[in-house]
Amino acid sequence: MSNVKKQATKMVAVPSHSIVPERDVDSRPVLETRHLGIEFGGLKAVDDFNLTIGRTEIAGLIGPNGAGKTTVFNLLTKVYQPTTGTVLVNGRDTAGMNIVQANKLGLARTFQNIRLFGNMTVEDNVRIGLHNQIKYDTVSGIFRLPHFWQGEKKQHEKTMELLSIFNMQDMADAKAGSLPYGAQRRLEIVRALATNPSLLLLDEPAAGMNPHETAELMENIVRIRDQFQIAVLLIEHDMNLVMGICEGICVLNFGKVIAKGTPEEIQRNPVVIEAYLGKQKEADK
Amino acid sequence: MKNKKLINNLITYGIVILAFVLCKVAIANGDMTRSLKGQLIPICCWIVMAVSLNLVVGISGELSLGHAGFMSVGAFTGIIASQWMLASGVEDKMVCLIVALVVGGVFAALAGIIIGIPVLRLSGDYLAIVTLAFGEIIRNVLNCVYVSVDAGALHVGFLNPSLPGKLILNGPNGATGVTKLATFEAGFVLVLITLFIVLNLINSRSGRAIMAVRDNRIAAESSGINVTKYRMMAFVISAGLAGLAGALYGLNFSSIVAGKFKFDQSILVLVFVVLGGIGSIRGSVIAAAALTVLPELLRGIGDYRMLIYAVVLIAVMLITNNAKLKTWLDSLKKANKKTDGKAGAQA
Repeated sequence: MSNVKKQATKMVAVPSHSIVPERDVDSRPVLETRHLGIEFGGLKAVDDFNLTIGRTEIAGLIGPNGAGKTTVFNLLTKVYQPTTGTVLVNGRDTAGMNIVQANKLGLARTFQNIRLFGNMTVEDNVRIGLHNQIKYDTVSGIFRLPHFWQGEKKQHEKTMELLSIFNMQDMADAKAGSLPYGAQRRLEIVRALATNPSLLLLDEPAAGMNPHETAELMENIVRIRDQFQIAVLLIEHDMNLVMGICEGICVLNFGKVIAKGTPEEIQRNPVVIEAYLGKQKEADK
Repeated sequence: MKNKKLINNLITYGIVILAFVLCKVAIANGDMTRSLKGQLIPICCWIVMAVSLNLVVGISGELSLGHAGFMSVGAFTGIIASQWMLASGVEDKMVCLIVALVVGGVFAALAGIIIGIPVLRLSGDYLAIVTLAFGEIIRNVLNCVYVSVDAGALHVGFLNPSLPGKLILNGPNGATGVTKLATFEAGFVLVLITLFIVLNLINSRSGRAIMAVRDNRIAAESSGINVTKYRMMAFVISAGLAGLAGALYGLNFSSIVAGKFKFDQSILVLVFVVLGGIGSIRGSVIAAAALTVLPELLRGIGDYRMLIYAVVLIAVMLITNNAKLKTWLDSLKKANKKTDGKAGAQA
């Protein structure tokens, strides 16, 4: 299945009908949503979504197509403003915030349909992620004052360090748009990591990857979590990946949470099996 | 990569400096016609205009059609500042010119801020339409402004020509009796300053942010880029540079009317940018210079002048977009890279 060693994480229940890894139970959860919901013209795309993610948890969000998974991501990162409920990031309410503020609070994401800065180099893409981490002002930039050179040097070093996670240092000068598909997905993760998040949101990170690349990605996600001590929430259809590395899984169907639990519990849950197989039956007709 | 960018920028500066030296030599040898000599300062102005518009169109990725409006703001504020100083007894023409340029640039940048706040809520075609309208509004407002200088004091009137002292700005008749201060050298320095600002901006943190917003707005926001700030920055810097160009342009003529900065001029600058290659600063420089000189060179064929001009525009457009030509150029580049790689390996 994969060469990632599965550590059995003990999950414990927290007050908001959720579970977090035992090691995270004493620290404040990185993300907490309460009764989160959004309506598009009367259609409840997401309804009463409650989720708590531990400080170093790798969590999965799964569900059939059109279940509202990406909508949840868009709600968390403030692309959409929720019609009901609250989102707490590191204990702070994100009500009224915009995308940029949510990012500064510690949310970084990748996109289902890759959104890189295609005309810019790989290095420049990562440097955009570092925009708020390593700063110097525009005037220094135009007149090449010492701050510019210091900032550029720091950005370059940090960029190379981040690219080395996926062994992409050699590609630093290539145009992001010209990279192969898998490398583009990896670059998106690097760019998201560069913003120094506390929660990394990955929207189908393994889409379009072959089994070998997926296995590598799994190792890397776990390594990123260990190295940066951050939490990861991922949407994925590849069940090998989800069951292999996720500690807590949340299953969404028609905008509602139908099950939460460890991978073992989810695999055994009849409601989840029905949601997936029911879908398959319809497709077979 | 760093070096490649640096070399690219140095080539751009080099072309400008070389062109300046060649013009100087030609003037010294008397090889330059009078009409061409008269075009030198306007060429510098149009280069600055093209480069600054490229910052908005190519780097920021927004279509702005009101660039001539900012140029006129720079021209008229620059003229007022310089004529006021001359009337107040400032003798040094150089000082007057520099102050006029700075004033023109600052006021155009202010106009950029005022216009940018409402306009940059839009994007795409809507932004183009609204900037076009603002360019026209600026022109029409300037048609109604009267400014006179009397004993060192500035009098400003709106729709009211009865002001004391000497009129600098005479409403629809524009600025008359302007002491010409613009020099070719000043134009050359202005082009270099513009290139310096724009090229350095592009290769810095802020420039990258501007380009990120152009390439993918949502991704830029998700990476923590303040989209409004950087769109505004590109727009205002561009407006300020257009103001500098305008001030120099205005001080090149003894009289100038606001009608000179019509919608056609905005389109003309856009033509420079598009023909030079959107996003290519060097392309803008070359296109602006070539297309300003071309109508002068074609004067010999009289009535057919604009016909040939149009044909040349179409031809350049077709040739530069030719797929076969592009693949041929790419193969040339690749061959170059290969030999570079080999040389590197041997070294």
